[in-house]
Amino acid sequence: MKPTRGFHSRGTRDPRLPPGQYDVGRDWPVLTAEATPTLSTATWTFSIGGLVEQPMKWTWDEIRALPDSTYAGDIHCVTTWSKLGVSFRGVSVDTVLAAARPLASASHVLATSHTGYTTNLPLADVTAGKAWVVWEFEGEPLAREHGGPARLLVPHLYFWKSAKWVSGLQVMDHDEPGFWEQNGYHDRGDPWLEERYQGD
Amino acid sequence: MGTMTAATLGWKSAIRVTEGRTVPPPGKWQSARVVQIRRETATTKTFRLELAAPADYLAGQHYVLRLTAPDGYTASRSYSVASAPDGSNEIELTVERLPEGEVSSFLHDEVVVGDDLEVRGPIGGWFVWRGDEPALLLGGGSGVVPLMAMLRLAHRMGRADLAHLIVSTRSPEDLYYAAELTQLQAEILYTRRTPEGWLRPAGRLTTADLPASIGEETTAFVCGSSGFSDAATETLLSAGVGNERIRVERFGPTR
Repeated sequence: MKPTRGFHSRGTRDPRLPPGQYDVGRDWPVLTAEATPTLSTATWTFSIGGLVEQPMKWTWDEIRALPDSTYAGDIHCVTTWSKLGVSFRGVSVDTVLAAARPLASASHVLATSHTGYTTNLPLADVTAGKAWVVWEFEGEPLAREHGGPARLLVPHLYFWKSAKWVSGLQVMDHDEPGFWEQNGYHDRGDPWLEERYQGD
Repeated sequence: MGTMTAATLGWKSAIRVTEGRTVPPPGKWQSARVVQIRRETATTKTFRLELAAPADYLAGQHYVLRLTAPDGYTASRSYSVASAPDGSNEIELTVERLPEGEVSSFLHDEVVVGDDLEVRGPIGGWFVWRGDEPALLLGGGSGVVPLMAMLRLAHRMGRADLAHLIVSTRSPEDLYYAAELTQLQAEILYTRRTPEGWLRPAGRLTTADLPASIGEETTAFVCGSSGFSDAATETLLSAGVGNERIRVERFGPTR
């Protein structure tokens, strides 16, 4: 591509930044399409259904009693900010899927939120230590505007895949576009391949 | 899919999962020539761009703008289209200059008419108004930009009755599109300082600022900072507008 007249890069670039991303520093922008819900942990649940041997549902206390797991690393939003060196704590999606036992035909999941938000992911992107249901950020309870009490975390993909206010996973044998994916965004969303929009 | 994606815990939001894609994929990166630059406020300019490959767009959609350095480094940011769709090959992007803004400060300080920039779009199928239903538009600060495209579209269609815009801004010096907002009968709320003789005292949006009656078929579009978006959403909820009728676009503190 042709250089923009007068534009120069600002020194060295952090190798943790995927192409087209910048380091947002201490900020953590909130980008949601709807009113921020207030969800009580007294009635909160997380479910796994669809193509599984054993449909499962956990309450807040039950999911927090599962073996916990942390993620330390970076997150990348499609709106071009990245947040480097952050930590989350929750449960690995491997742990909850192991309880539900996906059928051999399973290839994708549709993550759902208590608000009705959805996002689609290949099963391979939420297994083998790549995805979590998290309730802590930097040792503190996850704030409501960032998806609290709990959100999905799939940090190797653009952050709209990390559904806020997550309510469950529907295991499927095909891919089906979720909310942003129906509104022009990519079905997979790998930041290192810049899979931002449909057709990328 | 209906039951499985339904909201639970009694929370019913505007998020609707429809069948299939709602908008075509955005086009490829294309060249855009700057044909006009207008100052809106001390820190804000509108850039009118002539597109090499224009595409139909919806009021509320945005474009990504990309700058490329000689060493191949790129910086991109998303900007809402401020102009109403008019079938022409030009769009307007209104850009606030942020102090540490790598892209916005370059656009403000370096770009002149005749320069070529790179853009990609239009993007977004959610925060859009198609001009076929009543819309209540609540914009805070720079959040007025996509709502301006909607208001301009309503007037262009001769349906000013469909779109009602309320703009919240700190002071008269911070107001974008000042003359046009008055002409298009938008409501302006000043939160810190009003012009002299202004009837409404400075203060944040309250239910008293909303129209006396908001029809069941009205969709509310809220755009602004996270703080404004939360406050405006709460105001709408307390005025009886249901979650399922509120669409939000938040401008995070992106640089």
